[in-house]
Amino acid sequence: MERITLAHGDGGQLAHQLIADVFVSMFRNDRHAKFDAATFTLDPHELAMTTDSFVVKPLFFPGGNIGKLAVAGTINDLSVVGAIPKVMTCSFIIEEGFPICDLKTIVQSMAEEAKKVNVEIVAGDTKVVERGSADGLYINTTGIGVISHSLEPKICEGDSVIVSGSVGDHGVAILVARGELGLVSTIESDCTTLYPLIAKALQASQRIRLMRDPTRGGLATALVEICEDFGVTIELEEERIPVKQEVEGACELLGFDPLYLANEGKVVMIVPKEEEQAVLDALRSQPEGKAAAVIGTVRAINKGQLLLRTPLGTTRRLYRLTGLMLPRIC
Amino acid sequence: MLDVMDSPTRSTLSQTLLQEVQMLANQFQQTFGRMPSFMEVCGSHTMALARTGVKKALEGYVRLISGPGCPVCVTDQVTIDAMISLTDGSDRIICTFGDMMRVPGSYGTLMQAKTEGKDVRVVYSPVDAVRIAEQHPHQEVIFLGIGFETTIPILAAAIKEAEEKQVHNFSMWMSTKLVEPILRQLLHEREVSLDGFLLPGHVSMVMGRAHFEFLATEYNMPAVISGFEALHMLSAIRHLLMLALKQHAIVLNDYKSVVTEQGSVQAKYWMNHYFTLCDEAWRGIGVISQSGMDFKKEYDRFNAKVKFSVLTREPRRTKCRCGEVIRGLIDPPQCALFGKACTPLQPIGPCMVSSEGSCAAYYQYMREE
Ligand code: SF4
Ligand code: SF4
Repeated sequence: MERITLAHGDGGQLAHQLIADVFVSMFRNDRHAKFDAATFTLDPHELAMTTDSFVVKPLFFPGGNIGKLAVAGTINDLSVVGAIPKVMTCSFIIEEGFPICDLKTIVQSMAEEAKKVNVEIVAGDTKVVERGSADGLYINTTGIGVISHSLEPKICEGDSVIVSGSVGDHGVAILVARGELGLVSTIESDCTTLYPLIAKALQASQRIRLMRDPTRGGLATALVEICEDFGVTIELEEERIPVKQEVEGACELLGFDPLYLANEGKVVMIVPKEEEQAVLDALRSQPEGKAAAVIGTVRAINKGQLLLRTPLGTTRRLYRLTGLMLPRIC
Repeated sequence: MLDVMDSPTRSTLSQTLLQEVQMLANQFQQTFGRMPSFMEVCGSHTMALARTGVKKALEGYVRLISGPGCPVCVTDQVTIDAMISLTDGSDRIICTFGDMMRVPGSYGTLMQAKTEGKDVRVVYSPVDAVRIAEQHPHQEVIFLGIGFETTIPILAAAIKEAEEKQVHNFSMWMSTKLVEPILRQLLHEREVSLDGFLLPGHVSMVMGRAHFEFLATEYNMPAVISGFEALHMLSAIRHLLMLALKQHAIVLNDYKSVVTEQGSVQAKYWMNHYFTLCDEAWRGIGVISQSGMDFKKEYDRFNAKVKFSVLTREPRRTKCRCGEVIRGLIDPPQCALFGKACTPLQPIGPCMVSSEGSCAAYYQYMREE
């Protein structure tokens, strides 16, 4: 009998299959269900809507907590489809025995994060389950935004790929916070609301083709998905991808690849070459975008492969993450 | 990857080094009429060579053969089956390094056992398993102890902790391996012809450079200890080529920042404090005498093999060619199952799941289609 395994939840190949086989095929809504948020028209506005559940462990980590993550995550999903986030709902599944002070801290940071970008939390729901049947607290958020820029992804050969900052920070912060690695590091999660940053970029260029926030599965998985969905071939330059030294160190130790580690405050964009500088400048003008970099180029508009050029000048193909990333033995 | 952007230095450096290596390799070809072949003993090197593109850049110049240095891949099928069947008992918590979770035994994997409700936990260090044992005094916690010299001291550290804290419900199922005996075995059998070894920095950090001296003195084989970055590995290969060209057999430490002459005295002390040499079965190779470490008699109370018995059935045969892969006889794509019946999601052999396995390295980093 096939059962759900942890690997079905990591954003890699198995997660992809599960979504395709179970949800997309049954909801019969494949056009909308594919991206971070569905867009639809509700006269007179075109809207975007998204929903997401948050089950992180631990609930508190350097740089944030599950609440901040739940609000930022949903706002980011709306922002990357060119929407101005407007309203949100949130629903909580809480385990009996959960400290109310922790809940308050979490809800407080949700409110703060929403306020940053004037998003109103308009509806919510709370369920309490018996001790032992949940891991402390789960949050689901749903958000609606108004489309301000219709992105029409017409990706062309020669387009540039830009990432707004260093990758893998959230992944490492969470691993360290679990305290199982015996690692101490100063790495904080990048967990933040991307809307202000994205708004600046959209002001700077009307021609941003496509944006994604590379969360679970990391930068590599997000780009593999773009390559497959649009049939384009992207070549990344390994040396240009910003990775913090601590993240690189932790990865080397554990046998992880930073390109597959989760981010919660980064956006990757495809822009026409001519607009590259304007977008970079706009991103770098904001604190969250200071390390923004051009990391690759669209090489061809067929084939649908993600390639990585190493410092040695060789290229290799990147795939979706296969199975869970598990630390190596030594 | 760099912290600061737009710094071309590393790339220029490695490309210069690469050209030098290619040149030396050409010289070797002209002198000896064949490609030089070196074995990377360690699975982390196999992965790093593939990931950084070194392996691909050297195609046609240097033959890099992956050796038996991945602790998961060399674990015998019977041992894997036994480890998985340990989950059968009630009131047991099985703790393991993540790599073991998806390794296929004859009749399932640890991951499957966990999904079916068995208490199997991934820990990052065996010391964490001791902590779990403290938290669950009424359950038996068994750690699956696999690994090479790099891991054995960490296993010892966990036993020390359990001893000091008087944790009685903690034990280990040992299946460790040592590098020296397997290298001797390979050199005896001479199934593959080699011009040198790329020695693992991790193991050498524990054992020291001098430990590998026998390669040069007894087998006339050059060897270079190397780190895991592209630059490290290229530099080590360059040294290997120069040694091979001169037919000069020495064991060179090219990772001095980490590896010393005698290694870690502490680590070696604790290894030998709790453990003693034992015969070990290597997957696809067979039993090699004195090639692993197991508990000394006086520590049998931590020995899961003494505390628990498991029923193992006859291992099921597959067409997996891991045994040949780890002896360097074939490259993974030469296995008919590679990438078809056998993928990381549906592995047939351990070489496809281990994060240090050569089939996994090929699958992840060398596939181009
Ligand atoms: S155990 Fe150590 S030597 Fe062996 S593959 Fe792993 S890193 Fe390499
Ligand atoms: S490809 Fe799979 S079946 Fe073939 S040798 Fe490798 S692990 Fe074994």
